[in-house]
Amino acid sequence: MGEKKKKIVKSIKIDVEKCNGCRACEMICSAFHATPKYSSNNPARSRIRLIRHPLRDVYLPVYAGEYAPAECMGRDKYVIDGKEYDECGFCRASCPSRDVFKEPDSKLPLKCDMCEDDPAQEKPLCVQWCLNDALIYEEREEEVEEEVKLEDVEIGLESMIDKFGLQKVLDTVSRMSAAKKG
Amino acid sequence: MRYAETGFNLEVDLTRGNIERVETDPRDTELYLGGLGTNAKILWERVPPEVEPFSPDNLLIFSAGLLCGTPAPGCNRTIVSTISPQTLLMAFSMMGGFWAPELKYAGYDKVILRGKSPKLVYLWIHNDKVEIRDAAHLKGKGAVETAELIRQELKEPEAQVAAIGLAGENRVYFASIEQGRSSASRGGMGAVMGDKGVKAIAVRGTKDINVARPAEYMALCNEVLKYIKFRNENPIPGVMPILAGLGSPQEMKVHDEKWHTENFMWGNSRVRRKDFWNDEIAKQWAETLDNMRTRLISCYNCPMTCGATISPPGLPTYMMKCFSKLTYTMAAFADLEFGLGIAQSATEYGVDGFSTPQVMAFALELYENGILTDDDFPGMPSDNEGRFYWLLDRIVRREGIGDVLANGTYWAAKQIGKGAEAYAHNTIKKHEQLPLKLSMLNPIYFLMYSTGEKINITQIEGQFPQAPFLTREEKEAFIKDWFQVPDEKFKQYLVDWEPRGEKSMPFYPTVDMCCDIVDWQERMHYIDDALGMCSGLSSFPLKPPYHIHNYPKFISSGAGIDMDEAGLTKAAKRYRTLVRAINIRRGMRRKDEKPPENHWKKRFPELEKELLDTYYKFKGWNDQGIPTKESLHELGLDYVSEDFEKRGIYSDNEGTPSKETSPETDNK
Repeated sequence: MGEKKKKIVKSIKIDVEKCNGCRACEMICSAFHATPKYSSNNPARSRIRLIRHPLRDVYLPVYAGEYAPAECMGRDKYVIDGKEYDECGFCRASCPSRDVFKEPDSKLPLKCDMCEDDPAQEKPLCVQWCLNDALIYEEREEEVEEEVKLEDVEIGLESMIDKFGLQKVLDTVSRMSAAKKG
Repeated sequence: MRYAETGFNLEVDLTRGNIERVETDPRDTELYLGGLGTNAKILWERVPPEVEPFSPDNLLIFSAGLLCGTPAPGCNRTIVSTISPQTLLMAFSMMGGFWAPELKYAGYDKVILRGKSPKLVYLWIHNDKVEIRDAAHLKGKGAVETAELIRQELKEPEAQVAAIGLAGENRVYFASIEQGRSSASRGGMGAVMGDKGVKAIAVRGTKDINVARPAEYMALCNEVLKYIKFRNENPIPGVMPILAGLGSPQEMKVHDEKWHTENFMWGNSRVRRKDFWNDEIAKQWAETLDNMRTRLISCYNCPMTCGATISPPGLPTYMMKCFSKLTYTMAAFADLEFGLGIAQSATEYGVDGFSTPQVMAFALELYENGILTDDDFPGMPSDNEGRFYWLLDRIVRREGIGDVLANGTYWAAKQIGKGAEAYAHNTIKKHEQLPLKLSMLNPIYFLMYSTGEKINITQIEGQFPQAPFLTREEKEAFIKDWFQVPDEKFKQYLVDWEPRGEKSMPFYPTVDMCCDIVDWQERMHYIDDALGMCSGLSSFPLKPPYHIHNYPKFISSGAGIDMDEAGLTKAAKRYRTLVRAINIRRGMRRKDEKPPENHWKKRFPELEKELLDTYYKFKGWNDQGIPTKESLHELGLDYVSEDFEKRGIYSDNEGTPSKETSPETDNK
């Protein structure tokens, strides 16, 4: 257990009533996280996704949370104001049951980092680009136990270990590094 | 590496069922940009004037604009181009929505359809995997319904689908292609798609779109967003509310329809109802809109909310935008509840919201005047609203009189005869126009109506105020931050322009000034149509975020093509001239370039002649409207003048008569 520590909690408040369905959030997220920054964009790589069914008036921006190695046993479905939201609609996990929040090429999980990149952004880019205020950025201070934050590579490796087993990943990495050095 | 564009087109031969991924020539992008520009190049090269609209050799091109799929806000238009069955000229209707960016993410700039499929099919493009799939089970289905069914059967909720309804399948000349919350409606795109046996094109793409100089490009995009915010908070004072802001006219938002209902014509573009709007109607219409409108919605990557989801009681939900809100209502002398209800059927059938109501009102006018009789309308209800639903059904099925009306007012009148031609009074180049009949000739609009090759006034107007400001103060306030002008002289034109007196219409703006103004307005539309930008953020509204000064920078840093204002102006002029060349080669001449006779009450034949003479010269066209050899040479279009010479187009100064038979009658 880590020590108690003050921490800024960042959150994005989502007002689904205000969403106009334009997907600018997806576009700009993927552009910001491209390497080099903004050199390309691809909503399929976005860490925020808009679940959108215009004819059912479903507009639900969801941003990527933790990677989950396994599917849930039961799936949720919500009906709110007479509108049915898809199975797992509100869930933020990158998990085996669906395609969202995975890199389209590697299938490795994606996670929202609130654009805490270098240089740190005042607000996440999706919020900055949402002129209709469906996404509102909020900060508050909380006392929390310190935790070790996983880096992107670690999250990726963990998901591969879950999928293939530690030994296989280790073997592959050593084989590849030997080949690259050789 | 190619920037902004993907560098690949999909070539689909529907006759043989063959699909090819073809790399494009980057030099074409430099010369013709993309979208409309490169579409025109392809149509010039591959569709000679002998090719009929419903020939397998006609092409139907779906193109994303050059900057679609990049972060440029509002850049999402699909430019569909073909030879129109209605005008027999090049048609280039466009649609917003989500389709063009998705095509880019799938790795293609254009889908080029040729040939004809022996049975109804749809195209499924999923990155590198492209299939022609059977669509027998979708025959007769609505356009919106079809999109939903395809997404379900492919298990791809994120696929974007452009589809035709029954009208397209039955080659109705004003059939549309529906997609997202938008449609390519003008010119009969849907009829050509139906003729080719293609019910829909579904796309899903998960690849990257690159820009050449990211930091520079993003700075431009952020500036645009900032300016949109500013303009949303600061509407332009002293102009009508729908001209004060950005976006398409905000028809889905406004409740007050006094201006449209009292200034536009009702019925078959005949009746002006000057005292129509009152408190009771205002209240009733506001209630209708509030009850049926579920949400204001946008196209891809655009903060403007020009569209809406509409749920009429007891009917499926559909999406609407802009002026189709009123076209059915006003053609049928009905109320808004009727208009929003019948538009649901019209959207599923896939028909143009401008032409369709007018065709139906035209039919009823012929009936009232005894040119068509009870025999032509067996079983038609007696109430006006019922008649409109009845006619719509006949038209999209091409049943009975519907088969004639499905060819539009121009061709239908010819077929009906008995003086019916006088009732098809609101067309330009055989294409129905907005129902507007005005008093004093407007010289700027005269030129735009006459020479606009998109054949729709909203697709050439914009930028310059539609009417003079009343006071000096208003003028000064307007020009103070009018940085979008390509030249300072436009500010002077506006300042000197008076509502009456010596410097008022029709003789002011002067002929030369009118040429400048029309050329600027048209240029901005053509640039939008190559880049894929929505005119609602660019060429249509006053003081837009995109203009001639920042566009070259967008192209340079986005597509990596060196561009300045002169270069962009020249490129736009190049493919604009190429569009004209295609139409000239198909027989279009000066005689075709005129507004409806009754568009204005007060006409000035000598002034009108001078306007057209001067504008033709200004554009580098001869007195028949044919681009001259010299002007073509200047644009690097010698291949056009060579073709003109070979065909004897220059020597035949009277113009070859444009072919006067409708493709549908030919087929029977």
